[in-house]
Amino acid sequence: MSEKEALFSKKNLKLLTDPLNDSNPITVQVLGICSALAVTAQLKPAVVMAISVTAVVAFANVIISLLRNTIPNRIRIIVQLVVIAALVILVDQVLKAYVYDVSKQLSVFVGLIITNCILMGRLEAFALGNKPWQSFLDGIGNGAGYAAILIIVGFFRELFGSGSIWGYRIVPESWYIANGGFYENNGMMILPPMALIVVGVIIWVQRSRNRKLIEN
Amino acid sequence: MENLINIFVKSIFIENMIFAYFLGMCSYLAVSKSVKTATGLGLAVVFVLAITIPVNYLLENYVLTEGALSWISPSLASVDLSFLSFIMFIAVIASMVQLVEMVVEKFAPVLYNQLGIFLPLIAVNCAILGGALFMQQKAFVNVAEATVYGIGSGIGWFLAIVGIAAIRERIQYSQIPAPLRGLGITFIVTGLMGIAFMGFMGIKL
Repeated sequence: MSEKEALFSKKNLKLLTDPLNDSNPITVQVLGICSALAVTAQLKPAVVMAISVTAVVAFANVIISLLRNTIPNRIRIIVQLVVIAALVILVDQVLKAYVYDVSKQLSVFVGLIITNCILMGRLEAFALGNKPWQSFLDGIGNGAGYAAILIIVGFFRELFGSGSIWGYRIVPESWYIANGGFYENNGMMILPPMALIVVGVIIWVQRSRNRKLIEN
Repeated sequence: MENLINIFVKSIFIENMIFAYFLGMCSYLAVSKSVKTATGLGLAVVFVLAITIPVNYLLENYVLTEGALSWISPSLASVDLSFLSFIMFIAVIASMVQLVEMVVEKFAPVLYNQLGIFLPLIAVNCAILGGALFMQQKAFVNVAEATVYGIGSGIGWFLAIVGIAAIRERIQYSQIPAPLRGLGITFIVTGLMGIAFMGFMGIKL
């Protein structure tokens, strides 16, 4: 039956698009908050982190889904951790080789992808009970939902905190008070607590537009 | 001694796991609805960090870093296994958590019932692995420093989760805009607590 099902049938597409809004991993499922907040002071590390997490979720989902009928239930957590840890080591080595400066900036947070709850959450909730292709789509979808939040938060924090985007200056130098202008960067934005407040505001905006997500 | 106290205070207040690094956020948000469960989870985290950090420290310094294996035979001095540190740390954490769970179940059934589901979940709490990775970065000189760091960061996490749980219990009776209820307001309150904790940053130790 699954052979006849189109690769991008409606059901499969839903797997891909749902996590962008209705079941966003960060703002709805509350998974993977730690890294989302810590790496978003600038846009570039946020994007690198988002890509790394998406890759790890997608492939971990596929591997666990392939193994799902052979893993004994009692030791599944450790099997999942081993698969994830192996993938994260690969990602870490690739980052160190090709984007060393970003890898330095991310410091321990690359390693912390291992304990990123998105991974365990999706493996437990989806990959253990579904076919590889669906699991792959689910991984990509959740990675993209995670990426969306990271990019929004990183964009605003870098814009207001450093006056630049992706390292390029947006606010002209001549506007700054130091150069006789009127503008000053908001130093609060690059400090950790503001990340929480920015995410809080994103949740607020999302839930006012999508009222079925409101909690009582 | 002075050095140990410095590390202790620093890891609780200045480098607080939650407010400075956002580690262990997921369980922090999920389990902070009542002070009682928050206390249970907080204690479990202190406990596990106090055990896993020194164990990982020994592993790091006697097995993984370059030259660490020279205590077996001098010919192994050039072996560098540090790329394996993630997988080793997480294996140690997962197995220590399992061990702690069995010991607690056997010798303190009351505590075991209180901690319940939280104990196994701690294996995937980023605060634990994060603690191990920061320990690796900070390069402590001996195991006592690493232990104190583990206990300190556990207590910091404990304080943060009990604090937010108390606030959330009170906030239930407040008029909050509907879309902000629950998760949204918790984020903002945590942000404000984080700003308050930043006051400690000025302390030079």
